[in-house]
Amino acid sequence: MKRLMKSAALAVSVSLFASSAFAESVRLTGSGASFPAPIYLTWFKDFSKNTAGVTVDYQSKGSGAGVQDFLNKTVDFAASDSAMKDEEIAKVAEGVQLLPMTAGEIVLAYNLPGNPKGLKLPRDVYSDIFLGKITQWNDPKIAAANPDLKLPATPITVVVRADSSGTTAVFTKHLSAINPAFKEALGEGNTVNWPATDKFIKSPKNDGITATVRQTPGAIGYIEYGFAKLAKVDFAVLQNKAGQYVVPNAESGAEALAAVKMPENLVAWLPDPDGAKSYPITSYTWMIFRKDNGNPAKAKAMRDMIEYSLTEGQKIADSMGYIPLPPSVVEQVRKASANIQ
Amino acid sequence: MNTPFDIPENPDSACRPPSAKDFLVDRIFRALARIGVALILALVFALIFEVGRKALPGMEKHGFDVLFGTVWDVNQGKYGILPAIWGTLYSAFIALLIAGFFGVSMAIFLTQDFLPAKLAAVFRTIVELLAAIPSVVYGLWGIYVVIPAIRPLTAWLNSELGWIPFFGTSLSGPGLLPAALVLAIMILPTVAAVSQDALTSVPMKTKQAAYGLGTTHWEAILKVMVPSAATGIFGSLVLGLGRALGETMALAMLVGNANTITVSLFAPANTLAALLALNFPEAGPTEVEVLMYAALVLMFITLLVNVLGSLLMLYAQRGNK
Amino acid sequence: MTDLSQPATALPSLQRRFEGRALRSIILTSLAWFTAIVASVPLLSVLYMLITKGGARLNLEVFTELPPTGFEMGGGFGNAMAGTFVMVGIAAAIAVPVGILAAVFLAELGPDSKLANASRFAAKMLTGLPSILAGVFAYALVVMTTGTYSAPAGGVALAVLMLPIVVLTAEEAMKMVPKIMKDAAYGMGCTRAQVIMKIVLPTGLPAILTGVMLAVARAAGETAPLLFTALFSNYWIYHDGSLAVMNPTASLAVLIYNFSGMPFDNQLELAWAASLVLVMIVLLVNIVSRIFGKPKY
Repeated sequence: MKRLMKSAALAVSVSLFASSAFAESVRLTGSGASFPAPIYLTWFKDFSKNTAGVTVDYQSKGSGAGVQDFLNKTVDFAASDSAMKDEEIAKVAEGVQLLPMTAGEIVLAYNLPGNPKGLKLPRDVYSDIFLGKITQWNDPKIAAANPDLKLPATPITVVVRADSSGTTAVFTKHLSAINPAFKEALGEGNTVNWPATDKFIKSPKNDGITATVRQTPGAIGYIEYGFAKLAKVDFAVLQNKAGQYVVPNAESGAEALAAVKMPENLVAWLPDPDGAKSYPITSYTWMIFRKDNGNPAKAKAMRDMIEYSLTEGQKIADSMGYIPLPPSVVEQVRKASANIQ
Repeated sequence: MNTPFDIPENPDSACRPPSAKDFLVDRIFRALARIGVALILALVFALIFEVGRKALPGMEKHGFDVLFGTVWDVNQGKYGILPAIWGTLYSAFIALLIAGFFGVSMAIFLTQDFLPAKLAAVFRTIVELLAAIPSVVYGLWGIYVVIPAIRPLTAWLNSELGWIPFFGTSLSGPGLLPAALVLAIMILPTVAAVSQDALTSVPMKTKQAAYGLGTTHWEAILKVMVPSAATGIFGSLVLGLGRALGETMALAMLVGNANTITVSLFAPANTLAALLALNFPEAGPTEVEVLMYAALVLMFITLLVNVLGSLLMLYAQRGNK
Repeated sequence: MTDLSQPATALPSLQRRFEGRALRSIILTSLAWFTAIVASVPLLSVLYMLITKGGARLNLEVFTELPPTGFEMGGGFGNAMAGTFVMVGIAAAIAVPVGILAAVFLAELGPDSKLANASRFAAKMLTGLPSILAGVFAYALVVMTTGTYSAPAGGVALAVLMLPIVVLTAEEAMKMVPKIMKDAAYGMGCTRAQVIMKIVLPTGLPAILTGVMLAVARAAGETAPLLFTALFSNYWIYHDGSLAVMNPTASLAVLIYNFSGMPFDNQLELAWAASLVLVMIVLLVNIVSRIFGKPKY
């Protein structure tokens, strides 16, 4: 027994010692948004593999959790689809640098019997579904937009986020912009007070909503395009500001991004982009760094990681269901990354 | 934890009278044991203190609004955990109803000579092994087996008997019933094991006396054995309830996390433990206060039930002596 | 006449009642069989799913590879297994010594003292502590103080759950040691420490180990306490020549939770395979502990 305790104590002390004394390698930990998590994880894995002595570990927890971790200093960097609120930025003495790293489209994934593709949803219809006003799949308004589809007489199960989510923030910002009733009733934010009916169910992260929609007949939910593409769920064709029905893809997303100019602070919103070919729910997503990290090795690793993401990383964006940053934005981000010291 | 002990190489040396060193060792050892036992108490106090201290600002700020509020809206600063409290109690009671029936039946079946000893041991092991499967595995199983399996039945119940409030809504996927079913399976081993103990501790003579009076096997069980073991069986139910109230992962994965109060078994709901598991990782300072408050409420409820269960078991043991 | 007919009518009615009793016995017996069989279905169903779904994916790769990122194919959960072992090890290193020392006091030094009674009650209450609260506690105590998610934080949370199991089973085990043996040792002038170290602990060791193993099995399967203490990691805990314990650490249980909510078939298959591995580890520990002695809790 005694020997056992001794060796256990030894093992613990050795391991604690090891972590502090031989830590020449740099390990960056980040957490946050689940929306860009698939592409971030791929970037970080490739970057860590190709860069001796640097490991980047990212946990997909939801944007709210990432920002909270960042404020609590339990992570080196965070990621958020809803950027960061001014009062949150004010809490960070070291200074905050927000960098848009990629962009994505939010699609409405659905699960209907027979898996009909290409469900068309007009602006007033999809906002009313998320307001809880349209509750049946064979609602005349849905039927009118989809004369070719056979819609079942089943209730619509709306799947929304259980956690504090930047995806929700982007989505509700859009719905508030297109539907005054939605703005009035729910507003926008990382979490909103969804209608309290049994047909609104909650699931954590983009992964959870996608999985729940996939398993639930009659469900609809909002997720990043890449998730829908890879998980092979059907997604709706949405009507944009110009009144056109647009399929989400890299072109329609790039059209939407082109509609706004990136400002100096690198935070641009596209609540309802102009342009006939623009996909209506498109957004940048940000990584959040401290300006003063008090650790040159870590700061350098961060800048290298950003550079990798801006060059090699953007190349795989399209294939994973994300929108590559416009070249002008890449330049702006590269310049701003010098602030991370 | 390095105790300065030297076990003598020759075990026979224990025969010599203790030296001064032995007495010193003895005193140190006893002090360490005392510290060990005090640490358990300290741990309980630390648990209550840490959670209580962090919950205090939330209690001062929101008072009873948290306990009786039904809206959880971070934007408006409204934090009501009544739906979660309701969901915790409701799901636990449904689970207890199911697990109580099956658990006590199992206990009777396994202790009252229905089976050859070997076959009884097989069934007993099956039930005990249910306790060994991790909660998160039950959650995974619940999502991919239980929900699809009960979907047709719930749809039929809702369309045919929808006027009964329990079947008032259709099952979308996650909801109270799948959560309660899995919860019942998880507490079944506790109920079955403790009930078995209660039944086996009824003296043999009692049963023989019943047979002597001409009762059938079942009359002896239902009119003599079960009443004699009643306190212990009731204790098993209370302990099972305590376990059901605090269960986290399987519920977080199956209950649907909807902040609504409903009696419909097929509607999504929420529980305190699931609320903590899902909201804690992302909570800001104001939310942490409320979540700590919720944690305190959960701690209080489970503590109350467990104290009750332990006292009942103690009472049952004394009764049998 | 009437006196004679009365017993004649009473007799058949007695017989009918007897038949009713027999019939009811048969019904109740079938009901008992039915419940026993129904109660066995969940375990068989879980095992069936684990073996067919998890077994299909089980290969050497899953033990050596890192978890797949997002849309990647292949991968495994080698780092999660390593993380689970490290954290359960840390938890055991805390809970086992403290638990056994406490049990020594409860069983031998002052079984009826106020301190012992209070602690025994506290330990019983701790067995019923919702595991999520252990996580809340470790978060407040370790994560907030050290400023990082880490393996020790997860270990502390698991230790809180292991401690009461170790204490209560070890106490039972020590109480089983025959009093004559202890008296003989006292009679030879042994100090209490000597009696405990040389008689009580060695004799009770198999049963104490059973308790430790049950505690280990429980800790290995816990998810809720690790969610916001150890978090998760996509990398090995042993990394670039150092053991990175003060970093987020992967565990099998959290991997299953994360992957179970994912819509990608690759991750789901891995969740089932990881469940199979976790259940096999837990069952193995359980079975070994059964061989050591008859578990009480």
